Amino acid sequence: MIDLRHVSKTFRKKEELVDAVRDISLTIAQKEIVAVIGPSGCGKSTLLNMIAGLYTPSSGSIAYKGAQVSDVNTDVGYMTQKDNLLPWRTVRDNIAFPLELAGVAKSERAERADQVIKHVGLDGFAHRYPHELSGGMRKRACLARMLLYGAETALLDEPFAALDAQLKLAMHDLLLKLATETGQTVVLVTHDLMEAVTLADRVVVCTRRPAMVALEQRIELKRPRDVLNVRFTNAFKELYDTLWERLRVEYHEERV
Amino acid sequence: MTSPDADAVPTSLRDDAANAATRGLGSGFMVTCQVGLGITLLLLWQGASGRLVDNFFISNPLDVGTRLMGWIADGSLFLHMWATIYATLMGFLVGSVGGLILGIWLGVSPFTSRLLNPYLNALNALPKVALAPLFVLWFGLGIESKIALAAVLVLFLVFLNTYAGVREVDQDLIDSARLMKATRAQVIAKVIIPSAMSWVFAGLKISVPYALIGAVLGEMIAANRGLGYLVQFSGSQFDSAGVFAVLIVIALLAVALNFLVEIVQHRMERWRIVGR
Repeated sequence: MIDLRHVSKTFRKKEELVDAVRDISLTIAQKEIVAVIGPSGCGKSTLLNMIAGLYTPSSGSIAYKGAQVSDVNTDVGYMTQKDNLLPWRTVRDNIAFPLELAGVAKSERAERADQVIKHVGLDGFAHRYPHELSGGMRKRACLARMLLYGAETALLDEPFAALDAQLKLAMHDLLLKLATETGQTVVLVTHDLMEAVTLADRVVVCTRRPAMVALEQRIELKRPRDVLNVRFTNAFKELYDTLWERLRVEYHEERV
Repeated sequence: MTSPDADAVPTSLRDDAANAATRGLGSGFMVTCQVGLGITLLLLWQGASGRLVDNFFISNPLDVGTRLMGWIADGSLFLHMWATIYATLMGFLVGSVGGLILGIWLGVSPFTSRLLNPYLNALNALPKVALAPLFVLWFGLGIESKIALAAVLVLFLVFLNTYAGVREVDQDLIDSARLMKATRAQVIAKVIIPSAMSWVFAGLKISVPYALIGAVLGEMIAANRGLGYLVQFSGSQFDSAGVFAVLIVIALLAVALNFLVEIVQHRMERWRIVGR
């Protein structure tokens, strides 16, 4: 469904050329959940930006459902650590924003927004402004907006990095629930190995900058997953150790 | 160019500090002191006039009061006041609409803004008052030339603030709207303009006094009515009482305008959260 071929991206920073991504080839199937993991600042976010069509690759090509990504890819929902909710709109108006852009009538907008608000557990907060919500609630609002937009692919860039451990688990649970319900394809960028193994069907380990694929690992843990308890199983521990072994090399080299 | 946050926060802090200082003494006491100071100054003025300083230069409060009463009685004061208020408001309106459109337009088109940058800088650096003779030529001696002068002063202030506000808009918000199939017009209407609103209001607020300055200056240069004309006319007649009388009216008008801005700002407070 998403097909990256020998994708590289080079930025020009003043006179200096910075390689962010080098020669990454990756195929992501429909309904697959892929986690991309690597050291901070290694170019993982650049990868997502290219899939979203916000950046064009310096070389190589990206195909989305067989078509070249050349402009903003409106089939994806994008969620970052920053919420990107419009601060002057209430939660409901934020969530209904994609419907408003599509020209859906006001009463229908409100009705459909209220449904997803209930679905992500934000009932009673429809009239609040984003700055009145906690970090976890803002994430819920973003997920609700993506749900209402009906994005067939979710690009998640360290979405839960700023949340505490308990909230993170709740969000993982919600994310898996929604992805299963909607049959969404998910590309998750993270530097949290626990998160990657818990959620993904496949984990791709990136090298430090410029990002290259160091290791791909299938995660054969049964679904639906119990996000709280799956980490205590032996299978999880083995996968975690294998991935960490490879990831440690990247961190180790960085320190030298 | 003032950032709305930088503008808003210190003012309220200052107000709080002032409130705290006076609260201990009781605000009634402070008002009494303020009125007392005013009366003392008026008495000193009256006393000094003709004894320490020639009455010709500083006139005296009684003459000034008599002049004001005379103008009020024959209604001429209101005619002049209305001319100035009208020119101020119209200039503010025309200038802010122009500044808004220019600011948004240049803010969203990097090519045009870079193209026009040196010319706009030159125009902005130009003392706008020097344009007054040109406006008299173009628009005549009537109210239009005063509106034009007030408008041009307002326009640049509103333009600079709007432009800065539009350039400050979080690119991530724009990108996230584009990913949700927003058209360019929708991005401008639903993301860029609301986001720049707090900057726009800051620009509007600081430009209100400039509208008054433009109107009064325009009237001083060439007019047959308005407070600027009246102050100029009184001066040329060596009528210092008349000059002081008009100055008092202009000061009161300026205070009233500021008060109006405060009220409007208070109502718009909701929008300020936009700045975060």
